[in-house]
Amino acid sequence: MSGFDVNKIRQDFPILAEKIRGKDLVYLDNAATCQKPQAVIDSIVQLYSHDYANIHRGVHTLSVRSTDKFEAARSKVKSFINAASDKEIIFVRGATEAINLVAQTYGKANIKAGDEILITAMEHHSNIVPWQMLCEQTGAVLKVAPMNHKGELIYSEFEQLLGDKTKLVSVVHMSNALGTINPVKKIIAAAHAKGIPVLLDGAQAIPHMTVDVQELDCDFYVFSGHKLYGPSGIGVLYGKQSLLEAMPPYQGGGDMIRKVTFEETEYNTLPYKFEAGTPAIADVIALGAAIDYLVAIGMENIAAYEAELLDYATAKAKQIEGLTIIGEAEEKGAILSFTLNKIHPHDIGTMLDSLGIAIRAGHHCAMPVMDFYGVPATARASFAMYNTKQEIDVLMAGIQSLIEVFG
Amino acid sequence: MFEDLRDLYQEVIFDHNRNPRNFRVMENADRQVEGFNPLCGDRLTLFLKMDGDVITDASFQGSGCAISTASVSLMTEIVKGKTEAEAEELFTKFHEMTTGKEEHINLEALGKLAVLAGVREYPARVKCATLAWHTLDAALKNEANAISTE
Ligand SMILES: Cc1ncc(COP(=O)(O)O)c(C=O)c1O
Repeated sequence: MSGFDVNKIRQDFPILAEKIRGKDLVYLDNAATCQKPQAVIDSIVQLYSHDYANIHRGVHTLSVRSTDKFEAARSKVKSFINAASDKEIIFVRGATEAINLVAQTYGKANIKAGDEILITAMEHHSNIVPWQMLCEQTGAVLKVAPMNHKGELIYSEFEQLLGDKTKLVSVVHMSNALGTINPVKKIIAAAHAKGIPVLLDGAQAIPHMTVDVQELDCDFYVFSGHKLYGPSGIGVLYGKQSLLEAMPPYQGGGDMIRKVTFEETEYNTLPYKFEAGTPAIADVIALGAAIDYLVAIGMENIAAYEAELLDYATAKAKQIEGLTIIGEAEEKGAILSFTLNKIHPHDIGTMLDSLGIAIRAGHHCAMPVMDFYGVPATARASFAMYNTKQEIDVLMAGIQSLIEVFG
Repeated sequence: MFEDLRDLYQEVIFDHNRNPRNFRVMENADRQVEGFNPLCGDRLTLFLKMDGDVITDASFQGSGCAISTASVSLMTEIVKGKTEAEAEELFTKFHEMTTGKEEHINLEALGKLAVLAGVREYPARVKCATLAWHTLDAALKNEANAISTE
């Protein structure tokens, strides 16, 4: 692999040197949020120490500096996902807010009683609830395309559900509970053949693979900064310009207007139309720093390394008696969800924590997925580019010994 | 390997997790209440047989982590033969023990339940231990609805 050096990468993440209960931290909860490289931390310190002021509204030097850095970050996002224009990059709080924005603007303007919105059985709650709310408001109907026991979308059933009444398809690019990577190109092509726009929930996919929104031809793509090695509280809505232009604004306030009188208001142009109020300035700029960091390493290199980690972890997990892997899709990202015979995930989580290992135990904001597998919860180890095979060995040894302790 | 966890996972807890006591559906129960912890999906149904204000039998069904299973198993053992008032008093003491508000809790008064004192150090797990008791509290107050720790 061209120049990918995990040890060098680890040194860029100060928190990885942390001791947890006296043990070396083994951080395997990256699907929940991932840790930050020094470059991201430094960019926040730099801004607040030297360049900070409000953006888009001052003629003074600091305001200009902050505005330039803020807009430079927008361009970095644009290039990172290969959007056609900076105008298509809307900064929001996260994937959740981005989906809510689309539901309440595009959705309210275009979806009526009796229309259908199509999602899949493996969605995160944030790609279920905003649509349920819209359905309640409009009388539209939420349709759910099923998955098989491996955790793969049953594509033929998805295609059948794609009907004349379908007005929007909203699917997860990569599942946070199962790791499944959906056949999004095929999904988009099939939906577009019927004139139906597609939103991709890229919250999990974005840190693990190259995303090219023009090549995918998706209509909306959403993700959160904190899962992409950037700060929390900042995220991105990508939308095709023509769609964004036609959508009504989301929130009203400063920055999103061009002219206000008490009689009427003229809205600002894209992307500002959707960015009311003072945004998370430092966090947007730090997200730009995270993207610079990732581009320097190369998303292809990251994807290849993580695939190796997942293969290694999966093979090791299969050797453990009583361990069941939840989610065995052919196309899968670096997530290992599992259950142990008669040992509840919460006990697994607490016991591994005592060894310095951070995993997630719970329903992963995907209760319908848990229901599908008939489990209350799973344990989930999720990997990032800074994880190592040695850490996977520590995890597996921990699992082995907790099985022994439980007896 | 899990030395740090000895206070939390005592042998009694493993034992009750492996072999929960009073783990059965009770036919003709006088009270039946469901408890649910939405955070971790723990779910239990508690059954009580009453004679006046005395709990003559207690049993449960459901699935949960070792802490919640052991807690409800121990609870069904200890409340048998107790009056409602005595059971409520135990609940108060148990709550104080697990949330650590009381500096000098009389662990002796709690008998076997004292094995659960360790959860105090694990705020994320306190609800696992108290779910059983919140459910009992609801059953004694004869609240018909399912109870939730949230
Ligand atoms: C697949 C998926 N979609 C959406 C979200 C929501 O992201 P956020 O909470 O950052 O808005 C998550 C986060 O866990 C996720 O995994």
